[in-house]
Amino acid sequence: MSQAFDPKRNYEETKKAIAYVNRKEATQADYDRIGFMSGLEVHQQLKTSKKLFCNCPSGIYQASDNFDAEIIRHMRPTLSELGEYDGTALMEFKTKKNIIYRINNDTACTYDIDDTPPFPINREALEYALQISMLSKLNIVGEVHITRKQYLDGSIPAGFQRTAILGVEGEIQLKNKKVRLIQLSIEEDSCREISDIGHLRTYKTDRLGIPLIETVTYPDFVNPDEVKEGADYIRFLNRSTGKVETGKGSTRADTNVSCRGGSRVEIKGVSSTKWMPELTHIEAFRQYALLNIKSILETKNLDNDSWKISSEEIDLNEIKFTYQAIKDAKEQGHKCIAVNLRNFEGILSHYTQPGQMFADEITNRLKVIACLEKPNLIHSEQFEKVLREKKFEKIKTKLGSKEGDAQIIIWGPEEDMPTALETIEERCIMAMEGVPEETRKSFKDGTTIFERVLPGADRMYPDTDSAPIPLTEDYIVSISETLPIDICDRYEQLANWGIPEDAKEYILKKNLVPLIEKIERELDISPKWAGIFLAHRLCNVEHNSKFSKDFTYSLVFAMLHYLKDNNLDLELAKKMLWELYRHPKMDFDSVLTTLNFRRIPKEEIESRIPFLREKYKDIATSSDPGAETRWIMGELRKTAAGNMNLSDLKIECCN
Amino acid sequence: MSDDIFQGYKGKALELLKKYKVRVWGKCVVETTRGKFEGTVLPRSENDDDLHIVMKIITGYNIGVDVETISSMKEVDYKKANYKIPEKEFPYTDGLPQVKLFGTGGTIASRLDYRTGAVIPAFSPGELYGAVPELAGICNLETEKVFAVFSENMGPKQYISLAKAIEKEIQNGVDGIVIGHGTDTLQHTAAALSFMVQNSPVPIVLVGSQRSSDRPSSDAALNLMHAMYTAGHSDIAEVMVCMFGPTSDEYGFLHQGTRVRKMHSSYRSTFRTIGDTPIASVTRDAFTPIKKGYNHRRKDKEVTIKPYFNDTVTMLYYYTGMKPDVMMSMVDMGYKGIIIIGTGLGHVNKELYPALEYAKEKGVSVFMTLQTIWGYVHMFVYDTGRDMMAKGVIPLGNMLSETAYVKLGWVLGQTDDPEKVKEMMLTPISADMTEREPYNGYLVYQGGASEVADFIKRVHK
Repeated sequence: MSQAFDPKRNYEETKKAIAYVNRKEATQADYDRIGFMSGLEVHQQLKTSKKLFCNCPSGIYQASDNFDAEIIRHMRPTLSELGEYDGTALMEFKTKKNIIYRINNDTACTYDIDDTPPFPINREALEYALQISMLSKLNIVGEVHITRKQYLDGSIPAGFQRTAILGVEGEIQLKNKKVRLIQLSIEEDSCREISDIGHLRTYKTDRLGIPLIETVTYPDFVNPDEVKEGADYIRFLNRSTGKVETGKGSTRADTNVSCRGGSRVEIKGVSSTKWMPELTHIEAFRQYALLNIKSILETKNLDNDSWKISSEEIDLNEIKFTYQAIKDAKEQGHKCIAVNLRNFEGILSHYTQPGQMFADEITNRLKVIACLEKPNLIHSEQFEKVLREKKFEKIKTKLGSKEGDAQIIIWGPEEDMPTALETIEERCIMAMEGVPEETRKSFKDGTTIFERVLPGADRMYPDTDSAPIPLTEDYIVSISETLPIDICDRYEQLANWGIPEDAKEYILKKNLVPLIEKIERELDISPKWAGIFLAHRLCNVEHNSKFSKDFTYSLVFAMLHYLKDNNLDLELAKKMLWELYRHPKMDFDSVLTTLNFRRIPKEEIESRIPFLREKYKDIATSSDPGAETRWIMGELRKTAAGNMNLSDLKIECCN
Repeated sequence: MSDDIFQGYKGKALELLKKYKVRVWGKCVVETTRGKFEGTVLPRSENDDDLHIVMKIITGYNIGVDVETISSMKEVDYKKANYKIPEKEFPYTDGLPQVKLFGTGGTIASRLDYRTGAVIPAFSPGELYGAVPELAGICNLETEKVFAVFSENMGPKQYISLAKAIEKEIQNGVDGIVIGHGTDTLQHTAAALSFMVQNSPVPIVLVGSQRSSDRPSSDAALNLMHAMYTAGHSDIAEVMVCMFGPTSDEYGFLHQGTRVRKMHSSYRSTFRTIGDTPIASVTRDAFTPIKKGYNHRRKDKEVTIKPYFNDTVTMLYYYTGMKPDVMMSMVDMGYKGIIIIGTGLGHVNKELYPALEYAKEKGVSVFMTLQTIWGYVHMFVYDTGRDMMAKGVIPLGNMLSETAYVKLGWVLGQTDDPEKVKEMMLTPISADMTEREPYNGYLVYQGGASEVADFIKRVHK
């Protein structure tokens, strides 16, 4: 390491070199410059009573420690057609994970753990999924073929997910453009991960097998905001059927992102669309940064084929570390190895994401592939040194490091070290080639970390346990007759009603248009009033109250119905809503009593006006002609609110 | 071979393929009333209808297109699938035992053809090495296909040729024998070999898999490793079945060939030893003995082969209300031996007595086994039992009914003298009848009881 090298400065300079801009300041020109491209895979759980391929109840979740039995499995890669292992397969096999499944009898059976063949597909789920396929303007297949899609991470005990295509080549209409859909499939949901530490990964099986659909778009999105718009559209479309789960985690999207010259990277399981813009923005720039690393390495004239790491074991008795993680490693009898990366100075501290540098790409791969828990490395370009310069020099001498090299020190169980060294070398060589295809895990701040190698296409094969399901013309027609209207038409409908922009998302997210239509039809209340009442008032109540599991939207209808029947003013609903949400079982008379509301006929209230007018003459202090009305209104408002329309009262006061 | 162009298609679907000159493996564009579909035409399963054409689309999924909706088809490309299996040389390692693997048609190891979805069996040492490389660290391997039949088609002819093949290998000095077998009739073959191959100096291990090796969670690789390790390294010179102990990927059980039964249609841990404990459990590098008495491995090459079988044997599963004509017909048809599977301690109703007498009169040997699966036949407990014995019915102790069937066929292959038949049937050859049932043999872990629930929670299933 040359004396002059300053990792902090290098980080800032490389960030500047790729002209990174914050999303808030980014324009379409920035995205065009880096060639932003993105597509979506939106997963949506269906609201059915049973799971997709067995008769277990669907949609029941359990705590991680609530289980009746544990089963242990290992996932072996199967040979592909060419006798080679798929990239993911090989990685997962290298990790040698013991996979434990926690099973609760209430939510899982022998099918879930792959000890019983599948039962015929859940027809209820198939019907809902077909409705959504038709709304997505897809070409519906003539016969459904159940396919096995391999997953070696253990998230499905069989090692594959049963999935089937229902339609191909559809489209959705966004505000300014059409986005094409590749396909829609119906599939079983996977297990939920409890933990993944070292060589042990634990899953629970409650979510496993819940019917799920996946809508896949073409990579038609050219900026992060479009990604969110598209995801929202698909989400609202799914919900407009009223046949899908809407709870936490019931909608999850994988976001595919690349920049020009980059690679397809899949950001997994983003459960809120509001995180998508930041995630896709940061990822596209991460790829742009990796391409910059590639061109820097090209100028160094390294030979990709012969470039190798060199390493030396460090005797922890000889070189004493004060760094806690290495002290712990010594105590546990783990190995510690120093690695030399020839000509890699300036790469480890190269900018990748806000708060992350290239060395983080290595550390996260070590965690996943070599099962080394973090922190698992220290290196020569850290901002804060954990090793004194003299000791580092000693290690560099041992490694035979030259000027312009970089160094990494790793530690961990002896048996994991060969994989760890391979992983470091592999990632460095990939840096010379550009952007590796990966799936990445997302964080709320918009950054991502390595999760798995992106699986290849060769992992699909027919399910020999199930017969094809024909979709007859009659059946398709009968389903098409039950469809709600398109989401793009819904947007127009809301605009025509005069619903403000900020209220639309809530109404579509909760699929409230049918309720608003019913309120208009049966209670003669304007859709604008009803829409704003729901999207502003109810939304506010929901945000500021404890979750109420017995509250339903039909209660809102019943409340408005009650007010109409009793000739009460609708404004009263705004106050009643707070009580009703907290006590959904309380009858409406009691709700009013709780609010200290007293029924007084309109005529009686109006009859007090002459007295108050006389009284005002005694106490009047202002010559403003409006002052009298204001004072009388002030005196009557409390009594009148709810009993009559206040505008009407004001008119009476003026007379 | 010209039919191969339209593999599996018939009727309307076939007409359409011919009309538009589209072949199986042709990449084509199909216009339909439901829109356009693009993909490769795949073979159709013979049992499926003639109203759909199967295609693999670009994303790897398969779909079916309804022929009634098709307005045009065009083949734009063609690429035939290739079924070749990759092969790597199985390395020879000095000092490792020599194991022989016999194939019978069941697929223990296999690989997938992603284009067709076909499962291609891996069998030669090279193929097996490609699929389960760990085997090379366990033994040196030679393989031989004895025949290729589905498990349900295994029968006396196959038992005999297997027994002879085993004899040859033992004389050649092999250290152990593994037989790959479908699981449905694994117990029958295991019983047959237990009688036909006696006094073997080396382990003879039958192995199968409950989940084919085309799936990542398959039990095949681990079963194969356990079986190879047992054949090459164990001291147990018995005919055994080696399959998963728990459904978890943890260890296998070595079951006595005459005492083992498939007890679940689909569980991985389906094989259980009945009326006894398994001989041992096995992991990839260790044995844990469970039973004390078994035949130990020897250095010699001596083995007794008795490859006999007479197939005029049948079984009669008794049900309430059974009429004597059922059994009388069997006698009239010329069956020489009948295994009754009776209720409780080994009973049939009185209505059947004339049939029992008729069988005795015609020189047919009749034996009693149990529907309860577990336990001993006890015909002295009730009068009816004694009546039946008087009518010639011979109780078979705790012999499993499938084992009794196989043994009776084997015995009748050697003698037709009823007295001799009885004597041979009642002389245990390979723990087919045991004198004692250990207290911990019968353990059916039934969920629901709190102690068992607790046990299941703590120990991997």
